[in-house]
Amino acid sequence: MNPASESSLPAALSIQPKPVRAYFGSRSVGAALLVLVAAFALFGPTLSGSDPVAQDLENFLAAPDAANPLGTDHLGRSMLARLAHAAQLSLWLALLSVASALIPGAALGILAAWRGGWVERVSVVIADSVLALPGLLLVLLLATFAPGAFWPLYLGLSLSFWVEYFRVVRARSHILLASPQIESARLLGFGPLYIVRRHLWPELAPMLGTLMSFSAATAVLAMAALGFVGVGIRPPTPELGVMMIELLPYYQEAPWLIAAPIGLLTLTVLGLALVGRDRSSMQ
Amino acid sequence: MNIQGISPVAGVLGRRGLQALLVAALVGTLSFFLMRMLPGDAAYRIAAGRYGYDLVSAAAAEAVRVELGLDQPWYLALVGWWAQLAEFDLGTSLVTGHAIADDIAHQLGHTLLLAFCAMALSLLIGPALGILAGLRPGGAIDRITLLGATVLRAFPPFVLGILLILGLSVHLGYLPAAGHGEATSVVLPALTLALGLAAGSCRIARDAFSQVVNSPYYAFGRTKGLSDRQVLLRHGLRNAAVPIVAYLGMQMVFIIEGVVILETLFAWPGIGHALIHAIFWRDVPMIQGCVLVFALLFVTLNTLVDLACLALDPRRRH
Repeated sequence: MNPASESSLPAALSIQPKPVRAYFGSRSVGAALLVLVAAFALFGPTLSGSDPVAQDLENFLAAPDAANPLGTDHLGRSMLARLAHAAQLSLWLALLSVASALIPGAALGILAAWRGGWVERVSVVIADSVLALPGLLLVLLLATFAPGAFWPLYLGLSLSFWVEYFRVVRARSHILLASPQIESARLLGFGPLYIVRRHLWPELAPMLGTLMSFSAATAVLAMAALGFVGVGIRPPTPELGVMMIELLPYYQEAPWLIAAPIGLLTLTVLGLALVGRDRSSMQ
Repeated sequence: MNIQGISPVAGVLGRRGLQALLVAALVGTLSFFLMRMLPGDAAYRIAAGRYGYDLVSAAAAEAVRVELGLDQPWYLALVGWWAQLAEFDLGTSLVTGHAIADDIAHQLGHTLLLAFCAMALSLLIGPALGILAGLRPGGAIDRITLLGATVLRAFPPFVLGILLILGLSVHLGYLPAAGHGEATSVVLPALTLALGLAAGSCRIARDAFSQVVNSPYYAFGRTKGLSDRQVLLRHGLRNAAVPIVAYLGMQMVFIIEGVVILETLFAWPGIGHALIHAIFWRDVPMIQGCVLVFALLFVTLNTLVDLACLALDPRRRH
């Protein structure tokens, strides 16, 4: 989007004259935050060089120093190594659950809009029934099947995310499929694959980008929330929520310890929110 | 007129009714398989939970097995399970042996109190600030609330809860940190939930309001000589209310998920707290009861939001 076309709109139509520039700034801030967190998750475990579960009981609640840049926790484990492993786990979950919700969700959305009829009706009813259950409750139900495992979190989140992609893609595709350019492309004999790639995807991709960053943030938060209340990933696996609840009792002695997972979680969610919001406000 | 007035309402009720039915079937079926998949011999586990590990005998386990129908083939048991649900019989807790319905009826009151306080508080904060920001887009209030809302939304409810506990209870000592013994105990969990809700509704209200203020009919209201106050009350509020109320429906997810986590954090004796404890103990009937009540509550609240939107916006009725 270029700023010149924005300012040439009549005054009544440009609803957000000033924030447009602010959004540009915030988007790069968000992207920078995400790159930082991803780099930390990717290289942190190797760089820290220590085992995230190795205890050193003579050196517990140590303040940050050269050997342990973030100090050690109540069992003398390296906070840097634990935080890096936790970040990796969170980002993996976000990536996996978003990817496996996006593909079937978007495909089914296009199919429903294209075919209509019973395909559409059945898929809408299924989507509606999943929508009646807040995502976290579905994850909690599945988490009971295998306490402490990774797969119920992943499955539960994917199952609740695909509905969003399905609904957005279906609604938008309905409008797009009725447009003159797609009608002529069909009359010219282009196949469905060409139309999806050439006409639907470019219009859908920005909206899906926004949704993806929101559901990635939801995934990261859900895992931390479950770990925090003790029904998610279990200790000693380093996980952000588990670390928070473990370190909360030591707040008086070592407040920097609990600040580390809270800070990392907040930065990740903030980065995802900033990257996502920009596109949704440009439509 | 009558037919036009009734049919959209019936449409909403029908769609939401079907949704409630489907979600109940989904939760019931998942809970059934959960029950079958409990590791070890479920009868022994349940007997141990009830009578204590020292008092379990083969006879006690056998009694539990017969009582809960754990010896039937799975498809018969599933049909039995559904039939029980259809009669609104939620069964008894595997841990305490109490009737689930009684326990939940008691806990639901606490949960509703917390959710209601949070909702009321967030509506006082969010839309009011949003309207102030929307009246002057790009002004000081707009920029401050944008920053505040963005930062606030990056904190999930439980982290915000920890920060408020540390700030308001531990350091300043203003409020009790957890429990529900005192009248002020509800303040901290409700405030935590309300701040998260307000961060969302404030921006929605702001966008809705700046759109209304910039619309031709608003300008016309001003031109024909209405005062700022009159044009705001007559043309501004109702039009801006439609997206705000519709957004309430989306916020229900946030409220329900927030209630589950925050009740646990603040030891608030509601169904969210009960659900987490039931998952801990793998008390499947209790899990099923809590999730069902939450899901049906969610559908009911969404129905109310749909009906409120119909009442506010006459265009949706045609």
